Amino acid sequence: MKMSANTADKDNNVSTNKNISLPISRVRLIMKSSPDVSNINQEALFLTTKATELFVQYLAVSSFNNGSGKGSKSLSYSDLASTAEENDTFHFLTDILPKKILAGDYLKTLEQIEDEEADI
Amino acid sequence: MAERPEDLNLPNAVITRIIKEALPDGVNVSKEARRAISQAASVFVLYATSCANNFAMKAKRKTLNAADVLAAMEEMEFERFLEPLREALEVYKKGKKEVSEQKRKEKEKKETDNDKSREEEDDEERMEEEPEAENDAEEEEVEN
Repeated sequence: MKMSANTADKDNNVSTNKNISLPISRVRLIMKSSPDVSNINQEALFLTTKATELFVQYLAVSSFNNGSGKGSKSLSYSDLASTAEENDTFHFLTDILPKKILAGDYLKTLEQIEDEEADI
Repeated sequence: MAERPEDLNLPNAVITRIIKEALPDGVNVSKEARRAISQAASVFVLYATSCANNFAMKAKRKTLNAADVLAAMEEMEFERFLEPLREALEVYKKGKKEVSEQKRKEKEKKETDNDKSREEEDDEERMEEEPEAENDAEEEEVEN
C-alpha cells in the first residue's frame, strides 16, 4: 500500500514538472483541509493545481487591466480589492480582499449617517 | 496533517513568478498585492474543492475526479478555464503514460541485465531469445 502511493507520487512529479509550477502536494494539503473531502484522485489534483495557476494569472491580469496602475505599470492591493468587488466571478474574494478606506473617510461616513438619522 | 496555518499557503516564489509571467514586462507588483493574490489562490482551491465535492457527493462517490473539478469550474463561472484545463489534462495523461512506459522499459532492461549476467554464468545459449519475446508482450500491454 505504502509502496504504490510512493510510486504514484513519483510518477506525478516527473510528468507534471513540465506543465505545472505550483507544488501539487501543497494543493492537496489545502484540499484535504476541507472537512468533507475524503479522497482525491490524481487527475482531480492535477486539474485543481492547473486551475489555480490559471486563476492567479486571470486575477492578476484582470486587476491590472481594470486598475489604476496601468500608466505607472504597477499592480496594487486596491486594484485587486476593486476587482473582487466589481467583477462577479471574483466576488467570492471580497471577504479576504476587503477594500481599504482611510480612518478619516470612515469617520466622515459615520458622521453622515448620524446626520441623516438626525434629519429623520 | 495541516499543523501550522502557513502550511495552507502556496509558495510565494512560485506565485510571484506566475504573476510576473502573466503581466506585461516591467509591471511592479506590490508586496501586499502579491500576498493578496496568494491568499486568493488558497481560497480558490478551497472553493473549487467544495464545489467539486458537491458533485461527487451528488453522484454518491467518495473520490473527487477530473469531471468533478471541471463541473466545479463551470459552476464557479470560470468556464474560460475549461478548454485549457482539458488540454492540460490530455498532456498530463500522455506524459503519465510515457513515464510509466519508460519505467517499465527501464525495469525490463534491469531484469534483462540481471538475466544476462545470471544466464552468462550458467547458460549462455538461451539468453538471446528470451528477453526479446518478453519485451514485445509487455509493450502490447501498455498500448492497450
